[in-house]
Amino acid sequence: MNYHSRKLLKLNLAPWRMATVGSLMLVGLTVVAGRAFYLQGLNTDYLQGKGDAVANRNLILPAQRGQVTDRHGQLLAISTPVESLWARPGELKLTAAQQTQLARVLGMPGSELAKKMARKTRGEFSVRRPVTPEQAVKIAAMGVPGLHLRREFRRYYPAGEVAAHVVGFTNVDDLGQEGVERAYQDWLAGREGQRQIQRDRRGNTIRDLAPIKTAQLGGNLALALDLNIQYLAHRELAAAIAKNKAKGGSVVVLDAKTGEILALANQPIFNPNNRRNYKPGPMRNRAVIDTFEPGSTIKPFVAAAVLERGLFHPDSVIDTPETWRVGAKLVRDTHPHPQLTVSEIIQKSSNVGAVKMAMSLTPQQHWEVLHRSGFGQLPGSGFPGESAGRLRDAGTWKPVEQATMAYGYGLSVSLLQLTRAYMAFANDGEVMPLSFLKREPQEIAGVRVFSSSVAREVRAMMETVTQEGGTGMRTRVPGYRVAGKTGTAHKLVDGRYAPDRYLSSFIGMAPASNPRLIIGVVIDEPSGGVYYGGSVAGPVFAQVMAASLRQLALPPDAPESATRMTQNMLPVVARAGGGV
Amino acid sequence: MSRLNVVLALLLMACALALIQSQHRSRTYFVELERLKKQAHMLDEQWGQLQLEQSTWANPARVDTLARTRLGLIAPPNDRVRIETLTAAP
Repeated sequence: MNYHSRKLLKLNLAPWRMATVGSLMLVGLTVVAGRAFYLQGLNTDYLQGKGDAVANRNLILPAQRGQVTDRHGQLLAISTPVESLWARPGELKLTAAQQTQLARVLGMPGSELAKKMARKTRGEFSVRRPVTPEQAVKIAAMGVPGLHLRREFRRYYPAGEVAAHVVGFTNVDDLGQEGVERAYQDWLAGREGQRQIQRDRRGNTIRDLAPIKTAQLGGNLALALDLNIQYLAHRELAAAIAKNKAKGGSVVVLDAKTGEILALANQPIFNPNNRRNYKPGPMRNRAVIDTFEPGSTIKPFVAAAVLERGLFHPDSVIDTPETWRVGAKLVRDTHPHPQLTVSEIIQKSSNVGAVKMAMSLTPQQHWEVLHRSGFGQLPGSGFPGESAGRLRDAGTWKPVEQATMAYGYGLSVSLLQLTRAYMAFANDGEVMPLSFLKREPQEIAGVRVFSSSVAREVRAMMETVTQEGGTGMRTRVPGYRVAGKTGTAHKLVDGRYAPDRYLSSFIGMAPASNPRLIIGVVIDEPSGGVYYGGSVAGPVFAQVMAASLRQLALPPDAPESATRMTQNMLPVVARAGGGV
Repeated sequence: MSRLNVVLALLLMACALALIQSQHRSRTYFVELERLKKQAHMLDEQWGQLQLEQSTWANPARVDTLARTRLGLIAPPNDRVRIETLTAAP
């Protein structure tokens, strides 16, 4: 069929129109192709980036801080996620009814909430941190634009102030500030992980774009602390501080066999869960950081020094006049006895006797025994800020100074250091390294300080302290033999010894036949009328020791009281250590 | 020759379908995995909170006060305690 021949179908177009339409279409095509080339070829990186930004996400996987527990797994510190309520003022659309509801959910007066919400800050502000899980659910259900919940970790200390000085605390950035939290920061903190993911339109994760860098969770830490003993120490110390109207005090409980710190309590205390109103004073771990002049508690070391060199025997008799002159210094005994044996010098805490024994040593020999016992050196517990105390070099000692050193003036120690040094007497001459962490017995090697015979002789002397005629009769523990030494030292105030300010202390061990526990107690400035170490610190020792021995279910070693008890033939009410 | 082509075409078809199937399955499993991970995480958090709660209830200070005040318990005085020594049987 010939279209051209049919009149109706005959196109009668001017050639220029054909050309115009054709070229317009060509131009259109070129534009589209050019645009496509521009997008796909030249601008691809930028656009790909934009697309990825919508679909891909970099997630930070938070590393939860490790837990701190006591030796039996009782929780001392744990991080747990909490929700906190934040508001963005720019987007906030809160109706009056919603505001009332929110105030009710938060348990906050309406006016206070209104004031908070009226804030015109840039960015966002927190309304309440943290909120409880129940509150979080209710708030999320309200779905108010501009209000959102944010998850963050918060550190809790379930034992509160009882273990606060040992455990320490973290700051808002989860960095350890004090105590174990600071000492083991790296171990507890862990490392954040990262994950790159692709999301679909609805926000579901479709796939991982890169291998996941898993978060390294913070390690858990089991302390040597026994929370039960820690609580007893805390309770008894607090009671003694109140009773004696003292400024402060500390208790340290050591395992004599392993060097583990079973309890360490201080007064005054602070609450690690309440992070407001922090004062540095109560936060200080006095037992580890503060030093004091030990007073008579140093005398057993003098006795050990003279026994070890064979200069005296425990039964050697020494003349002990009421006063004794060394250089310009008059050494005085408050309860004089004309003659005492070495053992009785310890029992009755005679200054004159201790000085006479010390003066039989050269300064170098005297210094060497104190140095060997750990004075003037860091105790090595690893606690942040632990104090080394002060022990001057023997070359600088004048005779007067050596004399005062014999009854505990002119050198300074921390309670932890002093208690550690007593481990030599408790452990037949060997001192175990201190540890705040729980340890397996086989991984410990001790250091020999005294021969085992000297250690036993001094321990026997210290046992007489708690017997009839000793200075520590109020430190007795029924059923057990106790050895220890009292100390009452004048405090140094503005370079002079204050006549009416004292530090009362007692360091002791039980069961004396084979000591398992050493407890050191120091009370700072008792002002309730009594100030002797045996009367102020002694009862704290006795209470904590009795309860701890029961806690550890150690068999009694005092024969006379055991027989007395069986004669009574009373029904068994509670067995030592038995869980009733 | 043409029969082989048909077989290959069918095989190709089957492979394509299998690919779709496995891709789909991988996606579903992935979603499931994500869900379970989230759940594990939530359970972990819950466990932490329960531990915290437990230790708060079991706090020695609290137990001590409750035992003394509400239950009226006291530590047995020493004259009411008898120590039994167990002798090992030969």
